[in-house]
Amino acid sequence: MMGDQNPITEERILAILDRVKDPEIPVISLIDLGVVNGIDVSASGAVTVTITPTYTGCPAMDVMKADILTELGNAGIEDVRVELVLAPAWSTDRITEGGKRKLKEYGIAPPETTADIRALKGKAPIVECPQCGSEDTVMLSAFGSTACKALWKCNTCLEPFDQFKCL
Amino acid sequence: MTDQEALHTYALRLADDLLILSHRLGEWCGHGPVLEEDIALTNRALDHLGEARNLLTYAGQVEGKGRDEDDLAYLRKEREYLNVKLVEQENGDYAHTIARSFLFDAYHLPLMEAMLKSKDEQLAAIAGKAVKEATYHLRHSSDWMIRFGDGTDESHQRAQRALNELWTFTGELFVSDEVTSKLVEMGVAPDLGAVKAAFDRTVNEVLAEATLSRPEDGYMATGGRQGMHTERMGFILTEMQYMQRAYPGAEW
Ligand SMILES: [Zn+2]
Repeated sequence: MMGDQNPITEERILAILDRVKDPEIPVISLIDLGVVNGIDVSASGAVTVTITPTYTGCPAMDVMKADILTELGNAGIEDVRVELVLAPAWSTDRITEGGKRKLKEYGIAPPETTADIRALKGKAPIVECPQCGSEDTVMLSAFGSTACKALWKCNTCLEPFDQFKCL
Repeated sequence: MTDQEALHTYALRLADDLLILSHRLGEWCGHGPVLEEDIALTNRALDHLGEARNLLTYAGQVEGKGRDEDDLAYLRKEREYLNVKLVEQENGDYAHTIARSFLFDAYHLPLMEAMLKSKDEQLAAIAGKAVKEATYHLRHSSDWMIRFGDGTDESHQRAQRALNELWTFTGELFVSDEVTSKLVEMGVAPDLGAVKAAFDRTVNEVLAEATLSRPEDGYMATGGRQGMHTERMGFILTEMQYMQRAYPGAEW
C-alpha cells in the first residue's frame, strides 16, 4: 500500500495518462486524443482504465494498452487493468482543443468539422494547410499513412500533408 | 437451433465476410496501380480486419467454448467459414476489385446502419464503430465506379465486365434462412428486405451516374453461408492459415 502522501486518485492517474503519447502521433497524449472512457479506483487501490479504439482496426491500441501499464507502473501503481470497450464510440469530436492545436503544430491538419455522419455524406470540407495556413488545398487520397489519416496537398506552398480523418 | 447458436452463427457470417474481403484487399499491398490506391486498399483491409476481429471475439464469447479470435480466424476448416462467395472472388483487374468492394459496401453500409438499433448491445456497439468507416468505404468505391464507367471506353468496358461477372454473387447477400429469421424476430439482426432496398437505391444511383448498366438478375450463386465455397477459398485459407498451421501458437 502506498503511504498517505501518495494516494492513488483519479486526478493523479489522469495526470500520468497525459504523459502517455499516441504511439503513431507522439505529440498528443491519450487524454488529448480522447480515448480514455473512464478511470476507476477501488477501495483497495485497484485501478481500471477503460479506453475505446479510435478506428476499428487501429493497431496502435495494443501499444497504448501496454504504454498505460508501463507508465502507471513507473509511478508505483501496479494493480492496473486496462479494458477496451466499443461504446460509447470514439469520434474525432473527442479530440481536445489542445490536442487539435498540437496536431497542427506537428504538421497534421486537425479534423476540420464535426464527426456527425451527415458531414461525411456532404461535399468535401475546406482544410487549412498546417504549413502555410492556405485554404487552397486538395485531397490526394482519402486514405493516408495510418488508419486515422488522409493525404492532402497544398496548392500554395505545394507541400503534401496529412489530415486527421474526420470520423 | 437455440438463440445462442443462431447468434454465434450470425456473428461468424458477419465476421467471415470482412475477414476474407480484408485478405483479398491485402493481396494488393505493394501492387496497387498508384501509390494512393495501394494505401487506400490496405487501409480498407485494416478497417475490415478490425471489424472482423471484434465480431470473431464476440462469436467466440457467445459460443462459450473458449475459442478466441485467433482460433476462429486461423484454425477452422474451409467448410466452417460462412462468408458469402462474393468476397472470396479473385482480385482481377482494378475495376474488378473496386466493383467487388462497391457491391459489398452498398450492402454493408445499410446493414450497419440498421444494426445500430440491434437489441444485442455488442452488435450495436460494433456497428457504432463500423458505420462511419463503411460510409467512407462506400464513398471511395462509388467514386471509382463513376470514374471507370464515365471514363474511357476501356475503363467503361472493364467496369461493366466486372459488374456482369460479379452480379451472380450479389443474391446471396440477401438470402434469409432460419438463422436470420430467428434473429430478426428477436430484434437482433436487421431485416434483409430493407437492406436490399437501400442496396438497390445505391447501386442504381451510382451506376446511372457511371453510365453503367445494372446486370439482369439471373442465376444467383449461394452456399457460402452454409460453408460451401468456390474453389478460390482453399487458396485463400492456405495462405492465411500457413503460419498458425506451421507454428501453432506463434505470436510476435
Ligand atoms: Zn501550404
